Amino acid sequence: MAAGKSKWGDWLEERTGWRLVQELIEHKDVPRHRHSFWYYFGGMTLFLFAVQVCTGILLLLYYRPSAEAAFESVQFIMTEVQFGWLIRSVHSWSANLMIAAAFVHMFSALFLRSFRRPRELTWVSGSLLLFLSLAFGFSGYLLPWNKLAFFATKVGTDIAGVVPLIGPFLLRFLRGGDEVTGATLTRFFGFHVAILPAVTTALLSIHLYLVQKHGMSVPPSVDPEKAPRMRFIPDFLLRDLVGWLAAIALLAGLAAIFPWELGEKADPFAPAPAGIKPEWYFVFMFQTLKYIPAKILTIDGELLGIMFFSILGLLLVITPWLSPAQRPAEKRGWLPVVGVLVIVYIAVLSAMAYLT
Amino acid sequence: MWQQLLLLMVLNPAQAQAAPRPVESTCVRCHQDLDGSLLEPVKLRTQDIHFQKGLSCHNCHGGDPAIGIETGGPEDSMNPRKGFTGRPSRRQIAALCAICHSQIETMRKFNPQARVDQYAEYLTSVHGKKNQAGDPNVATCSDCHGAHGVRAVKDANSPVYAPNVAATCGRCHADAKLMSSYRIPTNQAEQYGKSVHGEALMKNRDLAAPTCNSCHGNHGAAPPGVDSVANVCGQCHAMQWDMFGKSAHKKAFEEQKLPACATCHQNHLIERTSDAMIGNEEPALCPACHEQGSAGYLAARLMKSRIAGLEARLAAAGQILQRAARAGMEVSNPIYKLSEGRDRLIHARVEVHMFNPAAMQKTLSEGESIAADSEQSGQKALADLAYRRAGLAVSAVILLCMIGLLLLKIRRLRA
Amino acid sequence: MMPDQQPPTRRNILNYFLGTGALASLGAILYPITRFMIPPRIVESAASSVVAAKVAEIKPNSGKVFKFGSKPAILVQTPTGEYHAFDAVCTHLDCTVQYRPEERLIWCACHNGRYDLTGKNISGPPPRPLEEFKVNVRGDEIVVSRG
Repeated sequence: MAAGKSKWGDWLEERTGWRLVQELIEHKDVPRHRHSFWYYFGGMTLFLFAVQVCTGILLLLYYRPSAEAAFESVQFIMTEVQFGWLIRSVHSWSANLMIAAAFVHMFSALFLRSFRRPRELTWVSGSLLLFLSLAFGFSGYLLPWNKLAFFATKVGTDIAGVVPLIGPFLLRFLRGGDEVTGATLTRFFGFHVAILPAVTTALLSIHLYLVQKHGMSVPPSVDPEKAPRMRFIPDFLLRDLVGWLAAIALLAGLAAIFPWELGEKADPFAPAPAGIKPEWYFVFMFQTLKYIPAKILTIDGELLGIMFFSILGLLLVITPWLSPAQRPAEKRGWLPVVGVLVIVYIAVLSAMAYLT
Repeated sequence: MWQQLLLLMVLNPAQAQAAPRPVESTCVRCHQDLDGSLLEPVKLRTQDIHFQKGLSCHNCHGGDPAIGIETGGPEDSMNPRKGFTGRPSRRQIAALCAICHSQIETMRKFNPQARVDQYAEYLTSVHGKKNQAGDPNVATCSDCHGAHGVRAVKDANSPVYAPNVAATCGRCHADAKLMSSYRIPTNQAEQYGKSVHGEALMKNRDLAAPTCNSCHGNHGAAPPGVDSVANVCGQCHAMQWDMFGKSAHKKAFEEQKLPACATCHQNHLIERTSDAMIGNEEPALCPACHEQGSAGYLAARLMKSRIAGLEARLAAAGQILQRAARAGMEVSNPIYKLSEGRDRLIHARVEVHMFNPAAMQKTLSEGESIAADSEQSGQKALADLAYRRAGLAVSAVILLCMIGLLLLKIRRLRA
Repeated sequence: MMPDQQPPTRRNILNYFLGTGALASLGAILYPITRFMIPPRIVESAASSVVAAKVAEIKPNSGKVFKFGSKPAILVQTPTGEYHAFDAVCTHLDCTVQYRPEERLIWCACHNGRYDLTGKNISGPPPRPLEEFKVNVRGDEIVVSRG
C-alpha cells in the first residue's frame, strides 16, 4: 500500500473502521515448512464453495422446484439458456470437487494434527462443515428430478428410517411425507438453497474466524518459533490464486468434455432401474451396508451399519480429545494409522462398488 | 329320452332364482365326506359361478336336495323318480347346459346381455355334429368350461379366459394320438405360441390380440373358409386389408383360391414382419409367384430398395443424434422429430400391401425429408459441441497464461 | 516533460501483463455469466404449456398433432366448434393417433382402435382412454396445458 493515506480510504475509515481489517490482512503470515502445501486445501474448499454459491444463484434464475416442472426446467437450462450447459455442469462438477477437497483438507488436518489445543473448536466446526457439504450433495442431487436421483433419494431416506427411535420421524421429516414425492423435492430445495446455506454461513464464519485468530497450525515436527514465514499478501494469496485458476480451468474442461448428464424424468410408478448407486462420496457406506448380513445376533444388519457410521462420525467430531495432547514429536501414535486405515477402507469399498 | 323329459320337469327354468346366497343342499353334506371324483365337485363349488348365483347340484343333476342324512338316504335323495339323472353322458351334456343357457327368459334373470345361441352354434360345428353322432373324443361344453368349478369367461383362472384359450384347445388339438384318426395337424398351438399374437396375448397380456376362437369361432368352431379368416385379420389390421382389397393381388389370389393374408403371413405361426419378406432375394416371398424380370418382380425390387433406403437414412440420422446426445448435447427435440420419420417408415411398410411402388412415393419422400432435417440437426449439435470445445480451448489458454504469469510473479517476489 | 517517467523494467512489464491477463480471465468468466442471465429467445420450457396452433389453422371437424413435452399430443376442433386436446399416444401399443373427419372421432391406424371426442376408447384394442389436456384460446393462439 502507498505510504500516504488516500482520501477515499480516510472517508471509509471514519465510517466503517476498515483499516483494522486491512492491518490484520497485511500482517497475516503463513509458516513455511515441508508440509505447508496442505495449507492450500482449506482455501480451495472455500473457493469451490464460492463457485457453488455463484453458479447455484445463477441456476436459481431458471430452475423450478416442482415435480411437474423441475426436470423440464433443467432441460431448458441445458438447451435454451445461453451457457446454461456450462453453469449447470460446473455446478455439478464443482460439488464433487468441493467435497473431494473437503476430505483432503480434513485428512491433512488429521495427519498434521492441526486439531491440538487451542484449535479443537476449529476442528469441530470443520467436521460439522464436512457433514453439511454431504447434506448439500444429497439434497442437490434430487433437484433435477431424474430417475437415478429419485431412486437414490428413496434408498437414502429409507436408510434414514432405520435409525432407532427417531427413524420413522426422520424419514417423514426428510421426505415431507411417507413416500418420495413432489413434496420431497420442494423440501429438499428449501434445505439446499436456504437452510443449509444459513447454517453453513454461521459455521463457516466461526471456522474462518478461529483460523484467523489462531493462525495456521504447524505439525508437531516443526518448531513454531523457528519456522520461516511467508506473507499472506502477496505470496500465499498468489499461490492460492494459481490453484483457484487451475480449478476454474479444470471445471471448464470438465463441463465441455464431460458434461453432466440429465437422464430421464423420474417416474414414481416405474420400477427401479438396475445398478442404482448414490454419489461417490456415499458409495463406501452404501457398499458396506450391502455386505453386512441381514441379521447379526438378532440385531438388524442395516441398523448395525448405520450405528457404525454414526459412531464413526461422532469419533470424527471429538478427535481432538481422543489422543493425548502432549506427545513427543518423534512418536507418531496410533491416530495416523487409523487415518490411513480409514482412507484405505473408503478407497477399497468405493472401488468394489464400481467394479462389481 | 325319458330321462330328458324328467329333467325338463324337474329343472323348471322358472324355478331358477337369481338368489344371492347359495342354497345349502344335502348333496354337499354327504359328498364332502367321500373322496376322489365324488369329492371333487364339492371342493370346486365355491369357484363355480352357478353356485355363486344360488344354483346347486340338484339344478343340473336333479334329485331332492331337502332329503338329508336324518330324513332318508341316498336312495331317497338320488331317486330317479325325484328327477335324479346322475352323471349325464357325453352326448347329453350340451343339451343339459342348453336347458338354461339357450333360454333368454332364464338367462335374463342372471345377465340380461347373455347370449343364448351357443347351443345352436354348437350343433352346426364339427365338434357338435360328431358329438351328437356319438363320438366320445370331441369337445363338448364341460371340456372347455369345466363341469364343476365353472368360472366366468372374464375370470383369469378360467380355461376360456383369452390367454388360456390356446392351451385349452391344445389339450386335444396338440395330442397326436387323439388327432390321428381325424387327420388334423397338431402343431397349431405350438405355432401360435411362437407367433406375434401368441406372444402379445400370453406373454404381454394384451387382451386385444387374437387367439383360436377369434378366427375359428367359439361354439360354432369350424375350419374357416379361405375367404373368411382374412376378414377377421382386417378388423384390426384395417389399413392393410383396405389396401390389399384395392390392389391387384386381391383378384389374383381369389382366382387362384389363395387365402388373402395367410398366403404370405401364414395362419398360426404369424411371425413378426420384416423387410426381408419383400424383394427378390431369399427369404422374400415375392419370387414364389413372380418370375424373374416380370413386372411384379421389378416392382418388388423397387419397393424393397426404397424402403431399405429410407431405413438407412433414418438410421444414419439417428446415429448422429445419438453421438451428439452421448457427448452431452441436448437433442431431445430432433430425436422427437426423427420418431415422426420412423412413423413414415412404418406407414410405407403398410403401404406395401398396395403392391404399387408409385403409391408409396408420398410417404417415402416425407420420411426422407424428415431424415434429412434430423441429420442436419445432428450435425448442428455436433458443430455446437465443437464450438464449445473451441471456446474452452480459448479460455483454457487465457487461464493457463494467467497461471504462468502468476508463477513468474511469485518467483520474482521470492527473489 | 515527465520527470518521473522510469524506463520500463521487467517488473513493470510483468505487472502490465498480469493486469491484462487478470482482465482477460475476468472477462472469460464474466462473459458466459452475463449471457446466462439474459433471458433466452424461448422464454419457458414447453413441457407444461404450449401453443398448439393458431386459431385460423384449425377448421371445425379437423385435428392437428403437435409436440407437447417429449410426446405427441392432438388438438381437435369438433364440428360444433369446441376445442379438445389429448395425449396422442395410443393406449394400446403407443402408435400416434389421428383425427378422422368422416367418422368425427380419433383413430389409431395401427390396429384400428377408436376413441370418441371425450378421449374414451370405444372400439378396437385400446384398453384405456386418452388423457385429456386443458385448452385455452389466448388471442389468436390456442394454448394447451396439462391439468
